[in-house]
Amino acid sequence: MQDNKLNYENIPLEKFEFVHDGDRISDKKFEDKPISYFKDAWIRFRKNRASVIATVIIALIVLFAFITPLFIRNYDSRFMDAYYAKKGPRNEFLSQFGIANGSVARKFSDKGLIKAVAIGMGAEDHEGNGNVTLEEGLASKYQPIIEGSIGEPSITYDAAKKEKKVYGANIDTYLEVGFMYSSIEQSEYNDILRYQEETGIQVLYPLVADNEWNFDALDANYWYKTKKGTPVYIDKNGKAKTIEYGEGMVLEDNYVRDADGNPVYFEYTGGGSFDTAQYKVRVLYYNYYQYKNGFTPQYILGTDSQGYDLALRLADGIKLSLLVAVCVSVVNFIIGAAYGAIEGYYGGTVDIVLERVTDVLSGVPFIIVATLFQLHLASKLGPVACLIFAYVLTGWIGTASRVRTQFYRFKNSEYVMAARTLGAKDRRLIWKHIFPNSLGTIVTSAALSIPSVINSESMLSYLGIVKLGTASTTSLGNLLAEAQGIWTNYPHLMICPALVLSLLMICFNLFGNGLRDAFNPSLRGVEE
Amino acid sequence: MGKAKKTGGRRSGMGKYVVKRIVLMFFTFFIISTICFMLVRLLPRELPTDKVQAAAIQERWEALGYNKPLLVQYGIYLKNIFTKWDFGTSWYIQFRQPAWDVLTSRLLPTVLVNLYSLLLSIPLGIGLGIFAAIKKNKWQDSLISTLVMVFISVPSYVYAFLVQYLFYFKLGWLPLMVYSINDAGGSWLTGKMFHSMIAPILALSFGEIAGLCRFTRAELTETLTSDYMLLARTKGLTRGQATVRHALKNAMVPILPMIISSFIGIMGGSMIIEQIFSIPGVGQLYIKSITLFDYDVFMMDSIFYTFIGLLANIVVDISYGFIDPRIRMGEK
Repeated sequence: MQDNKLNYENIPLEKFEFVHDGDRISDKKFEDKPISYFKDAWIRFRKNRASVIATVIIALIVLFAFITPLFIRNYDSRFMDAYYAKKGPRNEFLSQFGIANGSVARKFSDKGLIKAVAIGMGAEDHEGNGNVTLEEGLASKYQPIIEGSIGEPSITYDAAKKEKKVYGANIDTYLEVGFMYSSIEQSEYNDILRYQEETGIQVLYPLVADNEWNFDALDANYWYKTKKGTPVYIDKNGKAKTIEYGEGMVLEDNYVRDADGNPVYFEYTGGGSFDTAQYKVRVLYYNYYQYKNGFTPQYILGTDSQGYDLALRLADGIKLSLLVAVCVSVVNFIIGAAYGAIEGYYGGTVDIVLERVTDVLSGVPFIIVATLFQLHLASKLGPVACLIFAYVLTGWIGTASRVRTQFYRFKNSEYVMAARTLGAKDRRLIWKHIFPNSLGTIVTSAALSIPSVINSESMLSYLGIVKLGTASTTSLGNLLAEAQGIWTNYPHLMICPALVLSLLMICFNLFGNGLRDAFNPSLRGVEE
Repeated sequence: MGKAKKTGGRRSGMGKYVVKRIVLMFFTFFIISTICFMLVRLLPRELPTDKVQAAAIQERWEALGYNKPLLVQYGIYLKNIFTKWDFGTSWYIQFRQPAWDVLTSRLLPTVLVNLYSLLLSIPLGIGLGIFAAIKKNKWQDSLISTLVMVFISVPSYVYAFLVQYLFYFKLGWLPLMVYSINDAGGSWLTGKMFHSMIAPILALSFGEIAGLCRFTRAELTETLTSDYMLLARTKGLTRGQATVRHALKNAMVPILPMIISSFIGIMGGSMIIEQIFSIPGVGQLYIKSITLFDYDVFMMDSIFYTFIGLLANIVVDISYGFIDPRIRMGEK
């Protein structure tokens, strides 16, 4: 080392040689493939376990929204049945395992329990003999009380110190609907008779007499004799004796009977000709439903407050929320990018003027924009379009300011100047050279705007400012709004949409955070 | 002497900046409320079904110039505000009460609920944030961060349902809704009223705590790893001393403006929480004014919200300038 330093002036000629004797100097090609910006981001995104799981959950929710309608072949999302509204999940396959059997646990008084059990007893007796025992009734297919769920009665005392028995039991809320009166035409009546013969499913049941023993003439489930709702039998002296729930219980029927003592199944209520004649009949609704629709009532998540299938409504709500959110974030992405690019690139007066515009726009509270859009345009364009417009009006400001900052950072850097010197036009400089630098941040902000849009959309429809609930559309917030006030009795109405909404929010936030970290090159290698 | 002069210079620079921002704020506010007024007055007005009342209201509207051209109406509106502080009249919510009175009478419940919630969430949020930052990358931190993620994401009305379910239906500790003022002894400040307000306070606080906690943790972890912390430790300060006197102090610089703006935001309140717990506040008034087509009140509420939003914004920016000596706003 020392020698070389001393002798550098007198290096002998033969020690020199040409570096590239005859060869052309060129950059060596990389052996491996270059990693692009997005590929690099993807590699880092994959390492973030929480974000990956969140993405999978989002995918599952989206899949649920699109696949559920395919699985339910019997009816579509507009199918509704008002009598089976607010019912819990029910599925015949799953009910074998004791779940999704449409049941709720409830406390029954003595007469309440008899009323429930009587539905099964009455269903076994379409001939109107009135001799069905409790055991036969409990074994009935149409018995709303779940088999073996009736517990030992506990004794309580009411205000008058009177002894009261309270039974705990699980009751199938679908079968609990029991019997009801229906007004049908002659043709339908004939049709039902044919149906009964073909399938053996009994729809029509004897009518109940409207006499002193009938507690509620409109409630077709009181087919037995009662006194103020308490079941009674008439002893030999013509006196009413109370019946209590217990083994071997037989209820005394209160059916309308003709002169021969046979039960009556229909009553003429009006209409002149053969076609228009109306009949009052008493139907077992569970079977009437089968007759009308051709399938038994099964709703995997239960029904909503109006009687639509909750799973389908939920799928509709998810689709709508995602549609709005994705539309909004894409449009905001485009507007924000263009606006921010122009602001940042040209600067000066253009920037000042455009910034004043965003200042004013960003001062408008979103809720007021949304309300005014709904009030003015909802009748013309529909609520969904108005909602999207409202989000777009102020939503792009955040993206624009991010892009603007990036442009300020990069527009005077050397490589941009070099490109400009080489004759690149403004448009090329903006989109080819500077804009890709800000892509990462705005992709992240677009992804993070999705949960906030979903949240505020559900809030607006919950508050009723945006009315999205119709027969064909609904939103998650709308489902929650419908559950308000009644959800404590029907928890599934609230739990399902709230759970989906919360999951969507959490997962989109995690997904967005993962993207943010992945697109941030300064975090490269930090995790390892 | 020299130092005083310097700060004096900074103050005057700040003063100019503050004045400029306030003038700009009022300019923005004026534009927004003008557009808002036009859009609200363009809406078809609804009359009550009762014919006598409808005729009376129709006549009042005629007299107040509601049927004149839009710009004339706007002139009347501005004139009434500047001369009589009259922002219009409520026609349905509180018949013929001034809109201003209708709004201000609902301010107190909103402010109280949100104030209580802030008083609960600020210490908890900042405390948890500090704890998480100190225990960074340990299990306590991961637990807090995960919970924060969940609590920030879940919408506030889900908490409202949970709180109602747990504390009203299961435990029976709290009432389902906030009492009306008559039920609670004629004042918003009674103990009974506070008791009924606990549920909405809790529902509001979850998100607030999580937000503050995340923010504090992020700021504090950044300051904890900075060079001056190393210097402080090498000078011989204990970890606690260095954290409290150096890291925390610096971390509070961005946190304080956020808290200040929250305090302004309490006037706006949360519509959804007010709706669920039936708090007769500003947010509920907004919903009511839409459903009842009480457009003068709607206008009043809208400009109120706009004003609060702008004010919070400007206060944050200005307080940054006062709190953070590194930021010298308005100086070239």
